Amino acid sequence: MKTSPLCKQWLYVLFAIMIAQSVFAAEIAKVNRQSSYQLMTAENQAMQDDPNLNPALFWVMDGHSLWKEKTGNKNVSCASCHGDSGKKMSGVATQFPKILRGKLRTLEGQINQCRASQQDASALAYESKELLALTTFVASQSKGMPIAIQETPLNTKDLQQGKQFFNERMGQLNLSCAQCHQDRAGLKLGGSLIPQGHPTAYPIYRIEWQTMGSLQRRLRNCMSGVRAKQFEYGSTEMAQLELYLMWRARGMPLETPGVRP
Amino acid sequence: MMNLFKLHASSPNLTRRLYLSTLGILGLSTSFAPLSALAKKPEVIEAIAKIVGSNIPRDGRVKLVIPPLVESGNLVVLKVAIQSPMTTIDYVKAVHIISEANPSPNIFTAYFTPRSGRAELTTRVRLADSQRVWAIAQMSDGSYWQGYADTLVTLSACTEMI
Amino acid sequence: MSKTSRTGIIAPANAKKDSIIEIRAIAQHDMETGFRYTEDGKRIPRDIIRLFTCRYNNEEVFRADFYSGIGANPLIIFNTIAVASGTIECRWTGDDGYEAVNQVNITIS
Repeated sequence: MKTSPLCKQWLYVLFAIMIAQSVFAAEIAKVNRQSSYQLMTAENQAMQDDPNLNPALFWVMDGHSLWKEKTGNKNVSCASCHGDSGKKMSGVATQFPKILRGKLRTLEGQINQCRASQQDASALAYESKELLALTTFVASQSKGMPIAIQETPLNTKDLQQGKQFFNERMGQLNLSCAQCHQDRAGLKLGGSLIPQGHPTAYPIYRIEWQTMGSLQRRLRNCMSGVRAKQFEYGSTEMAQLELYLMWRARGMPLETPGVRP
Repeated sequence: MMNLFKLHASSPNLTRRLYLSTLGILGLSTSFAPLSALAKKPEVIEAIAKIVGSNIPRDGRVKLVIPPLVESGNLVVLKVAIQSPMTTIDYVKAVHIISEANPSPNIFTAYFTPRSGRAELTTRVRLADSQRVWAIAQMSDGSYWQGYADTLVTLSACTEMI
Repeated sequence: MSKTSRTGIIAPANAKKDSIIEIRAIAQHDMETGFRYTEDGKRIPRDIIRLFTCRYNNEEVFRADFYSGIGANPLIIFNTIAVASGTIECRWTGDDGYEAVNQVNITIS
């Protein structure tokens, strides 16, 4: 596998600094938490805030169309149960991932679960236009609402596992998420500011992708960045890591659909 | 370990070139185009010649605005404004935006009319690398005017492997 | 890329006669540049919007040629003089038979 030389260079620098100091992976105080929105340029912030400039709005519209479309062997639409406007989904995205019928589900996973059980329709592939559109549509109904994940007896095992993933070193570059996004958030890596990594705006229109993408896609990017084996889309590990990240961002307002560089 | 640190820290241009040539197989521009106006690539000279023919574009009247520092070249806001009364006898017929370092020099051409009111527009473009971008305006009286903007495009630290 | 897609036109619904108004036009389109390669080294063919036109009461008031350098989901913001009440129509055409049309009405006072 070819290594990105620029990435490797900066991570060696980081490594060298880390050896020179002792590092405590402490959590970021609630009051110091910051959405990566704050790190964007004025142009990108305007792109997120202005519905006329935010390309993600197309996906919201696509999602709304799919929401009302009858599908599957049962020939019913999401709207048949949940209402045409989607307003009943207000608050839903702030509670995912959550344990339902004993299984930890992400929002994408729940949409597919609903399709299978209520519509008798096939699952939508991760990162497909349809799944992104539906997820964006549902999540955008919670725009502005605080992320509502709490640690409960039901989710604590998955939450702790997610926390472990966040704090353990991975990949050929042997770095953990925490080492960049907790200990070095706000410092620079190769010309970009390191964000704290709160998933407050997903799914996002990422400028680098020139299209909408999920949190799982973004996490896979990070994992390949440290040359680690990427978690699979829809896997339990992904859901656990997502759960921890959302819990870490609890109370922060949801910005979906967001724009990120 | 410290030696490694020094070696890598002292040659950012070299590692940047290595990185760019790795991206070369992805079809992006492999040449690190210097920002001086002297060294235009042949395709760029040809593209401009196609626009102006034997005329020489004059400097002025054309204002091209691009953020001087861009994190991702994938979507860059570009504004162009050309001074003109925009009357039926004196207006801007067209403006051509030419990139010095993209795989293909033409980015877009906009055609105004006396009904435009202002010879201005904003759009979002792709820039493959740090470079100079030209705006060449063609007036109704047959004259050509030009303006340019330089921008630095920083590459993301970790690119995606799907 | 499908043969048509969503588009949006943002322009004022009302304007004073002969004032200069701003029109924003955006289309949902990946704008595949033709310079990208698949993992096995195959070039992904170009698939972009090539032409954008704006007609005001059926008269062309603005036109633009797009090339690969235009970003995905292209947005263009331009001006026109509010000469009369009527319809502002925008049309996008491109590779692979792509075509999209959208319009808004304007009332002049």
